[in-house]
This record gives sequence, structure tokens and C-alpha cells, in this order.
Amino acid sequence: MIEATYSSSSALLIAKGIGKRFGGLSALDQVSLSIPSGSIYGLIGPNGAGKTTLFNVLTGIYRADEGTFELDGRSLTHCRSDQICTLGIARTFQNIRLFGNMTAIENVMVGRHVRTHSGILGAILRLPSQRTEEQAMITRAQELLNFVGIGQHANQVARQLPYGDQRRLEIARALATDPKLLALDEPAAGMNDTETATLGRLLQKIKESGVTILLIEHDVKLVMGLCDRVAVLEYGRLIAEGKPANVKNDPRVIAAYLGTEVS
Amino acid sequence: MDIFLQQVINGLVQGSLYALVALGYTMVYGIIELVNFAHGEVVMVGALVGLSVIERMAARGDTGWGVIAIGVLVAIPSCMALGLGIERIAYRPLRKAPRLAPLISAIGVSIALQQLAALIWGRNYLHYPDVLANPQFHIGGAVITQVQLVILGITGILMLGTWVIVQKTALGRAMRASAQNPSVAGLMGVNVDRIIASTFLMGSGLAAVAGVLVGTYYGVGNHTMGFMLGLKAFTAAVLGGIGSLWGAMLGGLLLGVIENLGAGYLSSLTNGAIGSNYSDVLAFLMLIGVLIFRPSGLMGERGSEKV
Repeated sequence: MIEATYSSSSALLIAKGIGKRFGGLSALDQVSLSIPSGSIYGLIGPNGAGKTTLFNVLTGIYRADEGTFELDGRSLTHCRSDQICTLGIARTFQNIRLFGNMTAIENVMVGRHVRTHSGILGAILRLPSQRTEEQAMITRAQELLNFVGIGQHANQVARQLPYGDQRRLEIARALATDPKLLALDEPAAGMNDTETATLGRLLQKIKESGVTILLIEHDVKLVMGLCDRVAVLEYGRLIAEGKPANVKNDPRVIAAYLGTEVS
Repeated sequence: MDIFLQQVINGLVQGSLYALVALGYTMVYGIIELVNFAHGEVVMVGALVGLSVIERMAARGDTGWGVIAIGVLVAIPSCMALGLGIERIAYRPLRKAPRLAPLISAIGVSIALQQLAALIWGRNYLHYPDVLANPQFHIGGAVITQVQLVILGITGILMLGTWVIVQKTALGRAMRASAQNPSVAGLMGVNVDRIIASTFLMGSGLAAVAGVLVGTYYGVGNHTMGFMLGLKAFTAAVLGGIGSLWGAMLGGLLLGVIENLGAGYLSSLTNGAIGSNYSDVLAFLMLIGVLIFRPSGLMGERGSEKV
């Protein structure tokens, strides 16, 4: 049995029976997931299936109407988004949301904010400890920019970066928070084949560094090639879950993507 | 005496005080898009708390800048506590309300603070005790007093300090991030509520210093003094481009200089038909002009370095 290898003890994120309604529309209905630690976990489904809604619930933008979720055994169901980030989930956005007027390295340093202890008093007094911390932050931020491959653009204003670099910058900013789970919302959107391939290698590198990845992606080739497991949403419900090869051949998944045959 | 130079000096001094208060308006606006109309009252409370302290020390016979400094050091935490309280009680519960609600709440706080101050300090004009010798210096046909020089020095340092904090520290980065997109800042682990509170803390601290300096400079304090001062500083912030730090500084200095040149020349230019007391009109005409012709202010490109 393939499933048996993933016992709940090795699961990083466990979501149970997540439900979210907007008025009469049920955006998420009884969604349960278990994301194995150290994996790349794909979340796919047609447009409007509830993928981004699930991201928003998991990162504290929306509050779930039903269900619970926990990271590393710690319940996050009622946490604010900044607390969830502190506890280890960081994300990127389908439509890029950088701090456009700040430089690339400053964007990454904002992500680093959560791992520092700087208060207003320290900022005013410019304590020596503050300066050391600031220096360490700059070093780490530069490392991360190098890691995602845009180190040479550190001092450029974020909104002036090319589109693909903005996507990488979002990943660097999210990594700066030292996440256990990195949630990527369509990171390959708008990228050409070469850029997508580079992105795939980057995600592999992130995985090897020990960060678990939750990936929403439309590029089926990328998902199938990269992910250890895949979950498929349709109309807010989980219709399939498992190894990519198995999910790909699931009749319900084929129906969801291609439509059911007219009988 | 060189009237032009003299009025420019007076204007810069007055303007630097406007600028200090304007920073508080502009930082709060930058981060939560609220015109904190109670900010002028925080300045007033700073001036009156400082006055009480200075009065007590003057009564014991203490004099000199040390007395003023202690007044400032007592006023700063008082105003910071007040600013935090205002944010907590009057604004935070309304964070998700329509924009008119916190604005009305701000005006309510402003009136409440004025009346509270009237209860504590009375309704009469109170005189700041003379604790300074205040020597004068002559430069090119104009006079600058020691108090004026100190005001220019202190406001200069504080403005620079504010800029450094906002541009060069982790706190400032979190402020700028929260100003640009509070929900994304939250997702990156920034506790936006705390950042907003820090912004009020900084603005109120600056207001406290401004309050004591205004009292020292003009020699009087009163429970209504925050109204006009707040309005002028707000004008300065809009003039420079609300949300922009440099804008607030530039707007404050510009407003002070124009007002004082108006006071110096209006009467003679119009053969006495318009007296120098119309300089306030000049200030607000400028506000109207800016709002009509350049609503984003002098330094305010849409979404420049705001906080």
C-alpha cells in the first residue's frame, strides 16, 4: 500500500474537514489533507475549485467555518495570519503582491522581521545588538536572493523587476520567514517553458533544504514531474488524492478536467 | 533691519514646529489612511504637561535648558501613553468600519481631550515661566534668538531621526510594508496592530516635544491651542503630500515661511487694507490651492515612500 508509508506521525500539516462558505456558495466542503513532511505536495483542480480559498484559510486570511488544521501538531485554526507565519507557514500569491516601492532586499528583510526581536526602543536607540541583528538580516537576505537566483538585483525597486524575477522574489521573501511549509500559489503562471524548468529546479532545491512545499499549479507537467503527492479539488471537494501517476489516471480527475462524456 | 530675512527665519522656526506635528499626521495617514484629528490635542497635552512640570521647577528657583528638558522628558511618555490609548480605544475597534466612522471618532476624541484639559488646567491662557535667558544673535540684519536656534536644532535632529528609523531599521521596514499592503505584511509575519501602535507611539512622542517647544517659544499654553496648530500641521502634511515623510517636513517649513512672509508684507503691499493677521487666511488658501491643483501634494507621487 502506498498510503501506508505516510503515517500521521510524519505529516507536517493535517487539515480535517475544512469548510468555507461565501453566502450560499460552498467554496470548500469537508476538505481533509495530510501533507507529509519533506514532500512537495500538489494541489490541482479546475478554476474556481477552491484552491486559493484553501490557501487563504491555511494562512489565516479567511477563517474556516468548519474543520481544523494543525502544523507539526500545533492547532492553527484560530490563529491570525502573522501568528501562522511565525509558527511556520509562508506563502506567495497568484497575482504577485510584493511591497512594490521597496527594494528587493528590503522585501526579503520584511519576511525576516518575524525572526528578529527588534522593538521601537531598540530602533530609536540604535542599540549595538540591533546593528548586529540588522547586519545578520542583510547577509541572510542576500543569501536568499542568491539562492533564488536574483542576487544581482538586490537593490532594485521591486516593481521594476522583470515579471519572472518578481515571482522568485516572492519565494525568497517567503523563505525569509524560515517556514516549515512553503505554500506557492501558481508560481509558474505567466512563465515560459525555460523559466518553468528553472523554477522546477528551484523548488527541488528548496525541498532538499528541508522545507515542505504545498504547490498550486496549472502546469500539469510541472506538477506531475515534481510532486510527491497530489490532491485534486473540484467545486470545493477533494475528489482524488495520491501519487501523481495514480491521480492522473483517476476517472473523476479526467472528468473534472475534460468534462464527462455525453452518454 | 532686513524684514525679508527676519521673516524667513521666523517662518523656518514656526515651520519646523509644524513639520514635527505634521510627521505625526502623515505617518498615521500613511499606515491606516486616517486623518488623526486628535493629534493636535496630543500636542496640547504635551505642552500643558510640560508647562506643569516647568512651573513647579521654576517655583523652586530652577532655571535654564535643563528645566525645559525635564519638561520634555515628562511630556513624552505622557503623550505616548495618550496616543496609544487613543488608538486602542477610538480607532482600533473601527479598523474595519467605513472610513467616515474613525474620522468622526477622531473628532470626538479631539473635543473630549480639549474639555478634559480645560478641567485639569482651566480655561485661561497659562504662561510658560521664564526660565531661559534667551540671548539674541545678529545675522545679516536679522535677529535669531537662542530659543529659535535650539528649536531648529532639535526639530532637525528629530526629523532626521524619524527618517532614519523609517528607512533604515526593521521597525521602519515593517511600517513601510504595512503601509503598502497590511494583509501581505501580516502574512509575512508582521504583527500589523503592533506596527500601527508603534506609529502612534512615535507620532505622539514627536507631538510632545513639539508641544513643549511651542509653549517655550510663544510663552503661553491653553486647552484650545491644539486646534489651530493641528490644523496648520495637517495643512502642511497635505501641502507636502500626505503619507510622505519628506513632504511633511517640506510642507511644514514652506507653510511657516509663507505665513510669516505674509505677516510681514501683506499690510504694506495692500496699503493696510489687509492686515498681517490675515496670514492664516493665506495658509488655508494655499491648502485649497494644493487640493485643487495638486491633490497629491508637492512630494506625493501616488504611493511614493509613504508611511
